Amino acid sequence: MKSIIIGLVIAISSFSYSQNCNYIFLGEVKDFHDGTPIESATIYIKESDKYIISDFDGKFRIENLCSGTLTLTISHIGCETKTVSYTIDNDVFKIISLEHHLEELNEVVVNSHLKTEGTSIEKTINKADLEKYTDKSLGDALNSVSGVSSLNTGNTIVKPMIHGLHSSRLLIINNNVRMFDQEWGDEHAPNIDINSSNKVEVIKGANTLKYGSDAIGGLILVQPKKYVAQDSLFGSTMLSLNSNGRGGNINSELVKTYKSGFYGRIQASYKQFGDFKAPDYYLTNSGLKNSNASARIGYRTFEKGFDAYYSVVSNEFAILQASHIGNVGDLVAAINSREPRVIEDFSYNIDYPKQNILHHLAKIEAYKRFKNFGKLSVQYDMQINRRKEFDLRRGNLADTPVIDLRLFTNSLQTNLNIDAIDNLKIDTGLLVRYQQNDAVSGTGISPLIPDFQKYDASIYMIGNYDLNESSEISAGARYDFTRIEAEKRYNLTDWNDTYNYDELFPQFETNNIDDSKILTRPEFTFHNISANLGYSKQFNNDISLFVNYGLATRVPNPSELFSDGLHHSAARIETGLLTLNKEIANKFVASLERNNQNFGFSISPYFKAINDYIQLIPVGITTTIRGAFPVWEYNQINAQIFGVDIDVNKKITDKFNYKGSISLLKGENLSQDIPLIHMPSTNFTNSISYYNDELNQLSINLIHKTVLQQNKFPDYNFYTFNPILQEDVYVDISSTPPAYSLFSFNSSVSFKAFKTGTLKLELNVENLFNAKYNEYLNRQRYFANELGRNINLKIKINY
Amino acid sequence: MMKNIKSTNTIKLLALLFISSLAFVGCSSDDDGHHDDHDHEEELITTVRYTLTNGTDIVTLEFQDLDGEGGADGTYDVSGPLTANTTYTGAIKLLNETENPADDITLEVEDEGDDHEFFYTSTISDITISKDDIDEDGNPIGIATTFVTGDAGTGSLTIELIHEPTKPNDGTSINAGGSTDVEVTFPIQVQ
Repeated sequence: MKSIIIGLVIAISSFSYSQNCNYIFLGEVKDFHDGTPIESATIYIKESDKYIISDFDGKFRIENLCSGTLTLTISHIGCETKTVSYTIDNDVFKIISLEHHLEELNEVVVNSHLKTEGTSIEKTINKADLEKYTDKSLGDALNSVSGVSSLNTGNTIVKPMIHGLHSSRLLIINNNVRMFDQEWGDEHAPNIDINSSNKVEVIKGANTLKYGSDAIGGLILVQPKKYVAQDSLFGSTMLSLNSNGRGGNINSELVKTYKSGFYGRIQASYKQFGDFKAPDYYLTNSGLKNSNASARIGYRTFEKGFDAYYSVVSNEFAILQASHIGNVGDLVAAINSREPRVIEDFSYNIDYPKQNILHHLAKIEAYKRFKNFGKLSVQYDMQINRRKEFDLRRGNLADTPVIDLRLFTNSLQTNLNIDAIDNLKIDTGLLVRYQQNDAVSGTGISPLIPDFQKYDASIYMIGNYDLNESSEISAGARYDFTRIEAEKRYNLTDWNDTYNYDELFPQFETNNIDDSKILTRPEFTFHNISANLGYSKQFNNDISLFVNYGLATRVPNPSELFSDGLHHSAARIETGLLTLNKEIANKFVASLERNNQNFGFSISPYFKAINDYIQLIPVGITTTIRGAFPVWEYNQINAQIFGVDIDVNKKITDKFNYKGSISLLKGENLSQDIPLIHMPSTNFTNSISYYNDELNQLSINLIHKTVLQQNKFPDYNFYTFNPILQEDVYVDISSTPPAYSLFSFNSSVSFKAFKTGTLKLELNVENLFNAKYNEYLNRQRYFANELGRNINLKIKINY
Repeated sequence: MMKNIKSTNTIKLLALLFISSLAFVGCSSDDDGHHDDHDHEEELITTVRYTLTNGTDIVTLEFQDLDGEGGADGTYDVSGPLTANTTYTGAIKLLNETENPADDITLEVEDEGDDHEFFYTSTISDITISKDDIDEDGNPIGIATTFVTGDAGTGSLTIELIHEPTKPNDGTSINAGGSTDVEVTFPIQVQ
């Protein structure tokens, strides 16, 4: 790129004095990647204002040149147009390399239907749709994709779920960095500011091997924008205000790009809400405060470049006060009362219980392309996640968190993309990662997750081969080495009697025993193999077929291995097991799609067989000083999950469009022949939209969503003796809430503002009819209804 | 035209200012507690001891679970039967015996009396229990009690400590809401 600029400078500044006009210029146009000659490239000669075409061998000839400057502009379908300048003082032969990755460079323009890989089954949420969720979370935005649902804690902690699988079974890749933010917890939402991303892709099948071996559920790719190399400064500011929660979000970003390929971007957002409101009452202590900032600088040309990124996310989530319960009796009271036990007036206060999370992510990536070979990238990334959870405590511990964990992760990875061979693209890479969890002392309580260190090393290779013009296959394999070294104190009775660890793992024991606790050093090593096969075929009429098979392997996460303690909001004791094995899944996903504005659809059936599926289920009751407590333990079963996601879009008139989707899913515990716990129920959406470009891009949407009752659930209900009532009471923790339907309304208009800017106004209403409902996949469904109506106003200025 | 360009620049400048100020807010320090890497269960209540005294007639009801929730189950220990038609002075103690000396949690409850209340419920209908102490709002706490037995009988006594109950309440834990910090049930005998 630099040489072109220099060339241009020469072209502009030099002045020709010579009159010798007998020189010959011989040129050859070649593909940058594999060196094959490019036929029929158009060559524009600036000095003589003439066009010529390259021949079968990619060659062309210009005769009778005068000495001085020769400026050529070479263009070819599917290639980046290139302008080159030469100083002519003799006969010259030059090879001019063109590259055909136009889409990649100018993704901004063409991005609507680009896939990360040809054979993968994925859905994209683009920037315009992401902006609708500016004051919500990544999980809320993903919920709009068929087959994706979420496991919620209240309405602000939203954990994405693909095909009923979440937490460690879902990889979230933020800016090409795999997120490690203690994602193992059910009530730990991903720490990503949705405003810092440009698009989000959900990959249900294939091509996840580059990022990890354990994407049993799927992969979520949060992608930044790629900027066009031109001299520009632009930005936007968006303000969103909501009636429910009486809060909102402000986000600003500023981008500077240079023609040389350098770019920089800074972005920041601040979000605050007070207590949200269900139709009949305020949800006392449900607000949040959230501040985020990100910065990026980079240099990007076709041949080389780098990208450095840093983001910080600071979240403070209030947890519904009524969800803090002491024992099973309190839980029964909550389930039976149908109203939260604490209802107060609206407040912005964030009281206990609450979560405070701070997440830093930094990365630097550099790449270089080699002629006739491919592209080599190297990336280093680092993350620090500090999570503090506060509960209602007594005395001088009132302001001390019950959970205080710091997870530090850093990885170094390389990727080599070989594209020199026609029809075949190979991606291969190496990764090393070191992770350290620090259970920060001072909480006055045994940590739920102990100190541990984790080492990973991986190698992968993926090939994509074009069988012919319309079909493509891909195949890949990955090997992962994982080692976990932990340090944890166990109750001696648990260690020796309850779990028999003294016989199973005598090598973990130390001589350090006090307070009836034994210090242990559990160490585990895992070897994982994962693989992938994909096929895609394009038919006429915009129809394409994708078929995918994947073998995924997941190592038990620290919470499954080590967690040990009382979980207040669930009124249960959760116990990990050192005997857990890795989970192995065989996944089949297919998709038949028609990508067409007038009538399009996608039908994606899937089937996942998971061996040694790790689940947390109730196993008994223990007597504590608080009374009776159910004990939940991790165990392993064989499971299968299958279903289908269907999307349809249809143009009704040139201004009206219809969109609909339905997701059906069934999850089975094969070992016990019962349904799996926490599986999303059948749900469908319909939306009618009106769009008029001439009327200030007026857009009006009416959206309907129905979620049916989940009738397939495992019955883990139990009886407990209530000493006050002197009778056994039934603890119905399993029954699912009834079906519900929600309607929402969106509208927006855009105006020209300032010189080149635009002003966009949006008015949205969620839960239009203020419906009272509960969602099975909300951990707080025992305690309160979901949110009532919300009126939202958004103002966005582009400048 | 010029004015427009100027106002665009002003907005860009303001945006920059806003972003950089937020970045400062976001980068607050990630400080770290002290590192002894061995946390005692400071908050744990291992022991509930209810002592009933009438002169030399002393009955203690004790629940003890030294390893806390999980681990080994707790043990109940009742020193002996209560005497019929007797008025006892009741005193409750909550202890954390993993500390040395044992931590008296009752003091914390007393300090936060308006956020706590003990409830005593017996299946023996002749027994009446009244609370003799009050919090800053004049509502009962239940650390000091008067325990009056009636005729002989066998049954149980449940002692609860409720955090953040509705105060005042009707004297029963069922209508007091809150969350349960302690719930222990002793077998008792009046003879």
